Amino acid sequence: MKDLGATLLGKEAFSEIVIGDTAVVRAMLESGVRSVTSYPGSPTPEIADAIRAIPASSRPFRFEFSVNEKVATEVAFGSALNGHLSVVFFKSVGLNVAADSFVQLPLMDIPGGMVVVLGDDPGANSSQNEQDNRHYARMSYMPLFEPASAAEAYSMFKAAAGLASRRRMAVILRLTTHVCHAKERVAFGPYAPAPFDPTPRFDPDSGNYVPLASSVFPLKRRALERLAAIASDPEALATNRLEGRGGSRRGVIVAGAAYLSLMDALEDAGPRPDVLKLGMVHPLPAGQVLEFLASHDEVKVLEELDPVLEPDIKALAYDAGLRTRIIGKRDIDERMGEYVPSKVRDILGSAWPDMFDSPRPSALPAVASPRPPQLCPGCGHRSAFYAIKKALSGDDITVADIGCHTLGSFPPYGMGRVLLSMGHSTATASGLALFNGSRKVVCFIGDSTLFHAGLPGIANAVYNAHELTLVVMENGTTAMTGHQDHPGTGKSFNGDSPRLSVRAALEGLGVANIREVDAYQQAKLIEAMRAATSEPGFKVVIARHPCMLKFTREARRRAGPAWRAKRVRVDQASCTRNLECVGRFGCPSFQVGEGGAISVNADLCIGDGSCRQTCPSGAIVEDLGGER
Amino acid sequence: MSGGFDIYVAGVGGQGIGLLSEALIRAVDYAGYVVKGCDTHGLAQRGGSVSSHIRIGAEAHSPLVSEGRADLVVALERHEAVSAGRAYLREGGTLLWLDSTWQPLAVRLGGARSAEVADVEEAASLRGGRAARVAPVAAVDPRSHNVVVLAEICALGLVPGLRLEHARSALADLLGGAALASSLALLADR
Repeated sequence: MKDLGATLLGKEAFSEIVIGDTAVVRAMLESGVRSVTSYPGSPTPEIADAIRAIPASSRPFRFEFSVNEKVATEVAFGSALNGHLSVVFFKSVGLNVAADSFVQLPLMDIPGGMVVVLGDDPGANSSQNEQDNRHYARMSYMPLFEPASAAEAYSMFKAAAGLASRRRMAVILRLTTHVCHAKERVAFGPYAPAPFDPTPRFDPDSGNYVPLASSVFPLKRRALERLAAIASDPEALATNRLEGRGGSRRGVIVAGAAYLSLMDALEDAGPRPDVLKLGMVHPLPAGQVLEFLASHDEVKVLEELDPVLEPDIKALAYDAGLRTRIIGKRDIDERMGEYVPSKVRDILGSAWPDMFDSPRPSALPAVASPRPPQLCPGCGHRSAFYAIKKALSGDDITVADIGCHTLGSFPPYGMGRVLLSMGHSTATASGLALFNGSRKVVCFIGDSTLFHAGLPGIANAVYNAHELTLVVMENGTTAMTGHQDHPGTGKSFNGDSPRLSVRAALEGLGVANIREVDAYQQAKLIEAMRAATSEPGFKVVIARHPCMLKFTREARRRAGPAWRAKRVRVDQASCTRNLECVGRFGCPSFQVGEGGAISVNADLCIGDGSCRQTCPSGAIVEDLGGER
Repeated sequence: MSGGFDIYVAGVGGQGIGLLSEALIRAVDYAGYVVKGCDTHGLAQRGGSVSSHIRIGAEAHSPLVSEGRADLVVALERHEAVSAGRAYLREGGTLLWLDSTWQPLAVRLGGARSAEVADVEEAASLRGGRAARVAPVAAVDPRSHNVVVLAEICALGLVPGLRLEHARSALADLLGGAALASSLALLADR
């Protein structure tokens, strides 16, 4: 088996098949990064997986999963102030959490330099929106590089780190989901570890670090001047390239993964347009863009998600008095979804109807039932939602938060019917409970999210005397993103750490009404929910059960060859086929056969038995023959 | 390989799609071709749909296979075989499918029909292609059927230039110890 850690640490140049997230880690090593922070969120947690593959003893930088993205950004900033090249990475919407500190970074002189790696998610593959974080680059005057592939994720990280170090600033590397996860053979350069100088070099006199009132203006001026200089920085501009012989009257300006989709679409095209492929999309390389515009009659601005480049490009052309026809977004659909090859082909065909001779292949109408995401077999959240639903009336209001338990909003549970963002649930529920004496309000939050952004809403509910019930779905991990530790687990990325008790945190915030129930104990949970929701004030029910996906994997690993799988079976003699297990409890292990006969899919069942109490006829029994 | 070759792999979370596609990519690399790919996992938990894209040849740019353009669709489950075949198979392509059934929720709730063998065959024939069924092997752990399917792909010669020896090298990159030994034994059975 190849050892990823040893491979990544290789001193000589080499090539390997890696995903974009892994390629970024090699770039960190080659660039001399000293400090890395993150909060887990798709599509970026695999960066941490590659970091973990490098043994801590030979890892030349420190890594931590911080409590949230804002904290992660601040730790990276502080480290960089002392002169250490620092990186923070997180998912698209993580930038909203980090924003309060993030937008200040360009005002600062950052001696070590800092790279902010964003995992944007066009297509909303695993996010609550598909926000275009290029807007943040514009808003905060920060340079932004946008690679198209795993190989470019590597090379542009190095360009971003170089720029950040040289100009003592923060620079954004904006990845997207299918750049993070794209896999290809990437050629890496040599790695010469530099000796580490831990001297804390923060010097408050090397620049003003306390922007306040009028002292903001010299800092803002410096940020804008720096940005203007970068627009003509040769090394930054080297990430852009012109493709084509320049003889075409048509051109396309494109960046990121949409470039690869464009290349695919053009394989089917007649005469090929020239292409200006941008690596640095902010600041806009005005000189290169103007030259491209001036040498073509028609230019399509092909950008995934929002028109961010388009208005600037049109403004450049206007100011220069160019007559080039600039084709931007033509409809709302061009702002939506991932720019996969078929979508790009349709967009090009809309701009230039003569470009393609024949229609593109498309999918046949779907006939098989889709398979929406669902809670795993044995998940404590399923048991909890099943019970909580019984304790509430259909008219009551339930509020979801972010995490595995968000899946409770899907059938058959319908628990958690409104969702904004990480940690919103208590405060949104507080508002829903105002002027509301008739419908009970219950909200949910997971333990990692509680520490991430849930605490202020709870403090507010106590402080402002809101009337609602919060259910903390405590599974002892950050499950949705791959089982990362959090402050409540007693472990950090770097080893054992003090375990922050959820209950103690709640008590510390002044919550007086707290109940704790194992989520598998459905009768007790129903009773706890009925009691809590009938009492006045702010109540918390902690519904606790370990993540069974993690628990089962660890148990199987520990047991090795001695592992005995457990499962349940349905006793056909006592089964009355009322479908409670399938229709209301909803564990995917139950399958329905001819005439409504229920069977258990042995590939899925983990034998947790949380289903047995749901069967009114007691037909779900332990399957003692479940060895495999 | 001229003209390129696209593979779309589909299954259910927990079936080992990730290992299958990584092994395919590495095997194709060992066979000497330019290859790229991408796993699309999204919110797939155990029991949700997962898919992988594999693209071979210098003229493949995006890591994503386009609808109606896969030369080979590999599916590890019946419903996924129907969906993936109808969405991704190209004219005259091959749909290789493992005959396992993990019922989607709507099927279990009685709101949707369960996929049948005929549905899989229709998905292929509508594209003028063929469906090749792989029967589950009772003696083999369900989680190891990804390697059974890998062996089948090599043995049937479904990917031009790809041979069992390439798959062996790929698995040796990815697995060690008992897992490697049992996987190589499955390949040797073909």
